[in-house]
Amino acid sequence: MTASTQYAEPLLAPALNGDASWFEASARQRIDGLLDAHTFQEFLGPEHRDTSPHLAIFDLPTQFDDGMVVGEGRLNGAAVLVAAQEGKFMGGAFGEVHGAKLTGLLRAAAVRRVPVVIMFETGGVRLQEANAGELAIAEIMRALIDARLAGVPVVGLIGGRAGCYGGGSLIAGCCSGLAISELGRLSVSGPEVIETNRGIEAFDAADRPLIWRTMGGKHRYLLGAVDAFVDDAIPQFRDAAIGLIAQAPTLDLAHLARVQSQLADRLDRLGACADATDVWRILGIASDVDVPDLEPAAFAALAQTLKEFGDDVR
Amino acid sequence: MEHLLYRQATQRPAFASTAAAAASASNARLSSGDGLTPAPIARAIVGVVASGNLEVLVEHVLPHDQYEIDIRTSATGFADVWQAVVTDFADRGALGGLRFSINDGGARPDTVSLRLAQALRAIAGGHA
Repeated sequence: MTASTQYAEPLLAPALNGDASWFEASARQRIDGLLDAHTFQEFLGPEHRDTSPHLAIFDLPTQFDDGMVVGEGRLNGAAVLVAAQEGKFMGGAFGEVHGAKLTGLLRAAAVRRVPVVIMFETGGVRLQEANAGELAIAEIMRALIDARLAGVPVVGLIGGRAGCYGGGSLIAGCCSGLAISELGRLSVSGPEVIETNRGIEAFDAADRPLIWRTMGGKHRYLLGAVDAFVDDAIPQFRDAAIGLIAQAPTLDLAHLARVQSQLADRLDRLGACADATDVWRILGIASDVDVPDLEPAAFAALAQTLKEFGDDVR
Repeated sequence: MEHLLYRQATQRPAFASTAAAAASASNARLSSGDGLTPAPIARAIVGVVASGNLEVLVEHVLPHDQYEIDIRTSATGFADVWQAVVTDFADRGALGGLRFSINDGGARPDTVSLRLAQALRAIAGGHA
């Protein structure tokens, strides 16, 4: 039998090259690359088989971790709690178990006073378990705010294939800091949802340049909806997470009032814009600058020069 | 959904013996700079449940003279193909003591073979 077998460190994901793409990586590979080497300890790992109780009704296969990997580890030597969504399983969508794992992690963070990093990749709530998924979103947001009120930084990282949509975007909006790559997309409603509900005149879901310039990482960063813009590489997301934990704002009434006032100003200045390009003109970007086409370094330089930049609303 | 379970006796333990596995593990730690001897780990997971893909969870939990492959698949009616893939896998590798649990999203046989091989390599301590 195996009782006395001595095992080496568990290796739950293949190691990637130092500059590996965040976009291409799996949830486990992202955690592996984010944390200090060999420090990750998973909670409720796949061997526990806490799978969705709903998917069998629809004759759909489950995944042993329900698409959500949670645990603890060290980031730059400091204790951290981490959660990563697997975007390839059901589009990273929130179900009952998937959501409960994040709720539990955030509640633990509030008690233990340990920072949290959430690696978002989600289309929103899983339609096959919609009620449970919607409830999970509400529970996660409450637990996240409780953690922040306890002084815990909660940082979100967005750069996966599925983007960060629906309830996932609401959770992201509650975070103390967000980092995004050019390939990351952040929006409440996805392109198809908008087109279906508001018509193709409102949003053409087949117009990919429109999607990228509306929901993509560059535009979200220019708007001040995220705090850091990074290259699509795992070390860049790691550095951003370390920085955002260090500079997390205190969540109190004064902070909320300041954010509210800045959001009102933003709406006042930009609310009439019909397209991201209109926003860029008002922000002071010359009309001959093709923002989507800018290399990351050139884009970062441009962003630095914009005055809106000091007016971060998060 | 279809549930298929293959549990077989085998003369080939995945890790030579408990003592050898432990020795191998400690040797690997000592010689990790050389990367010569990979050390076995308690469990590993490879793949993802998606269309045309699957996940394999492999655990060192059975007696050394048995192995098990437990399959849940969204594609019903392919028991013969699974049997062929499993037989081929067992012929190639030493599986004694290992339980393979599969959630399948309708992967092709070649993808299944690849994931099984990755899982076996991962639990032996190598990169998947």
